[in-house]
Amino acid sequence: MVYVENKPGVLTRVASLFRRRAFNIDSLTVGRTEKPEVSRMTITVDADRDQARRIEAHLYKLVNVLLVENITNQPAIVRDLALIRVSATHDARSHVLELASVFRARVVDVSPESLTIEITGGEDKIDGLLEVLRPYGILEMVRTGIVAMRRGSKSNGNAVMDSTAQSAANDDVSYSV
Amino acid sequence: MTDPKNTPTAATPSTGKTKSESESKTGSKTMTGASILWECLEREGVRVVFGYPGGAILPAYDALKHSKIHHVLVRHEQGATHMADGYARASGEVGVAVATSGPGATNMVTGIATAMLDSIPIVCITGQVGSKLIGSDAFQETDITGVTLPITKHNYLVTHASEVARTIREAFYVARSGRPGPVLVDITKDAQQGTCEFDWEAARPQLPGYRPDLSPAPEEYKQALELIHTSKRPVILAGHGIIVSAAMREVRDFAERAGIPVAMTLLGLGAFPASHPLNLGMMGMHGEAWVNHTIQEADLLLAFGMRFDDRVTGNLKNYAPNAKKIHIEIDPAEINKNVKVDVPLVGDLREVLLELLPHVESIDRSEWLDSIDKLKGDSAVRDIQNLPDSGHLYAAHVINDLWHQTRDGNTIVVTDVGQHQMWEAQYYKHERPRSLITSGGLGTMGFALPAAIGAKVACPEAEVWVVVGDGGFQMTMCELATLVQENLKIHIAIINNGFLGMVRQWQEFFYDRNYAATPLLNPDFAKLADAYGIRSMTVSTRSAVVPAVEAARQHNGPMLINFKVEQEDTVYPMVAAGAALHDMIRRPSPIVETAED
Repeated sequence: MVYVENKPGVLTRVASLFRRRAFNIDSLTVGRTEKPEVSRMTITVDADRDQARRIEAHLYKLVNVLLVENITNQPAIVRDLALIRVSATHDARSHVLELASVFRARVVDVSPESLTIEITGGEDKIDGLLEVLRPYGILEMVRTGIVAMRRGSKSNGNAVMDSTAQSAANDDVSYSV
Repeated sequence: MTDPKNTPTAATPSTGKTKSESESKTGSKTMTGASILWECLEREGVRVVFGYPGGAILPAYDALKHSKIHHVLVRHEQGATHMADGYARASGEVGVAVATSGPGATNMVTGIATAMLDSIPIVCITGQVGSKLIGSDAFQETDITGVTLPITKHNYLVTHASEVARTIREAFYVARSGRPGPVLVDITKDAQQGTCEFDWEAARPQLPGYRPDLSPAPEEYKQALELIHTSKRPVILAGHGIIVSAAMREVRDFAERAGIPVAMTLLGLGAFPASHPLNLGMMGMHGEAWVNHTIQEADLLLAFGMRFDDRVTGNLKNYAPNAKKIHIEIDPAEINKNVKVDVPLVGDLREVLLELLPHVESIDRSEWLDSIDKLKGDSAVRDIQNLPDSGHLYAAHVINDLWHQTRDGNTIVVTDVGQHQMWEAQYYKHERPRSLITSGGLGTMGFALPAAIGAKVACPEAEVWVVVGDGGFQMTMCELATLVQENLKIHIAIINNGFLGMVRQWQEFFYDRNYAATPLLNPDFAKLADAYGIRSMTVSTRSAVVPAVEAARQHNGPMLINFKVEQEDTVYPMVAAGAALHDMIRRPSPIVETAED
């Protein structure tokens, strides 16, 4: 998770860093937070521990980056959202509806030939639904990429947010490499 | 850790020197963005800028007449950035370059990348089309913040006069703090023309995410000391960070107390006196053979403000295989980037060494030092300086004689890139920091002449020598006019071998002597100098070198000396790309040759 100043061009800076240093981004989401001056990115990268440390160090070199948290091994809520249009003609329709309900997904659009299903959850759960829907014929699919939040009442992120944009650099978040 | 409250104070060490006469009692007054720009530069301690005017930066140039800042008119914007770079390297202060939008800005790209790779603090100010025109492909519009994103430490697009002051303050703070680097500030024409209240105090930097001041944990100091005290064969790898951090004294104390020899990187030359008994000389691709052997045999490397560039490590697979590594480095992203280290100490080198020094034990390492002496082997015999005079003039002779003649003075040598650069590094013995200015990381041909102009402007009392190849010189020789216009006494030594020598050398070794596109057709350099009103000499024998150098020093103005040297000379030793550091191509030994005869 990367907390950045909400300024023009910051997304480009972060994306450019990954390209420039040849790290592959699996997914990147960015959005507003409870503080208007802070945006939050959730970036998924396939990297070993050393690479992850270097990515973190490189991110910190970007002047607009406030805080980086590697939550790979942290208890966290991780959510991805997918919209799946699946072929569902007369015979298959009830099966598809059944599968959707097993996965606690919602049907958000119905047409004579297809159903559009919205599902939210961890990446595995969405992968699971896709797997079982595939035999029916997936006509269209889009995923948001994951957003994440650490579990518990306190996080370093809160420290950054509380101290506002003037003093994000608190001692708690010093990192040793 | 940075105390965020300190950030604005730390950002303003050179501020408050010049108080605006017309400042009101409230501390603010109405000014144009253009006037605010120059006012802020003055307050940041800027005395001189290097620039080239054009449409989008014209409001700023118009306001220049009210400023005490001296403007050096360059002949190409690349020159402006190299001059700002040379100014920064010679003085340790931030250099400033100014250009217009579009082509003016893109011409700066090479100079910015040069400063980025060598961690040089420069601030580049560019004009931009009016903010309403941005995105319309207006005349001379280029997205220069986009273009320079990966080659600046940070950059800004300023679209309102009210943003100018804070942005300039932040730009200088970011450029000079932590690991220094180039910052570009792109200011739209309307931001220059617009007016707003100017209040220096209120325009403090707001950089909540910027943390240039890291320091190691106590545990890491302990681990480092343990490695130092248990090692039998340690070597210090002395890099540019020593000069940036002004840690010359501390490095010397450390090396002397612990009895550890010092190997230099190219950009480290001068950070530790060449004549010091513990100084081994330069390491790496064209480093001294014994230095590379020493590194390969070491059991501990102490990397001081260097980044394990591929030019100093050779093949990483068998680099210093038996050595533990301690890396003192201000940039955490450098740790474990190329070489995995055992103890990283992330922080300002000088501060880290001051922390370590009281705990460093004095250890007798004469056995190790003696064995290094033995590694020198027949290196002296192979040295071209010791070969009999065959009547040919070699670049090494020129550099060696230049060093002999100028060694006692306050001399700054500015080199270009290529063979002459390596010979300079090998044969000019630098005793003081900032006495060698050279493009290391990017290897920018055409750097020398403009960088020397910047160095001379920064240090007017210094004797400045440009050592440049006939190829690189022709890339930026338009700046001869700048030199003359500014009335600067700079000596130019062209090491003229009629080839792009370093490329030719690679073709000789690795491309079967296929000299594709490396022979040069050169102009008559004497006539060229004459066209600019610069005196010149041509030297083609060894005995004429010293008289020519002395004539240049005595002459009351710039001098260009065309040294016609051996055409197909080779820089030895050489670690081929991909080879292990100890696997060097050596200059053929005359003893071996004689024996064969």
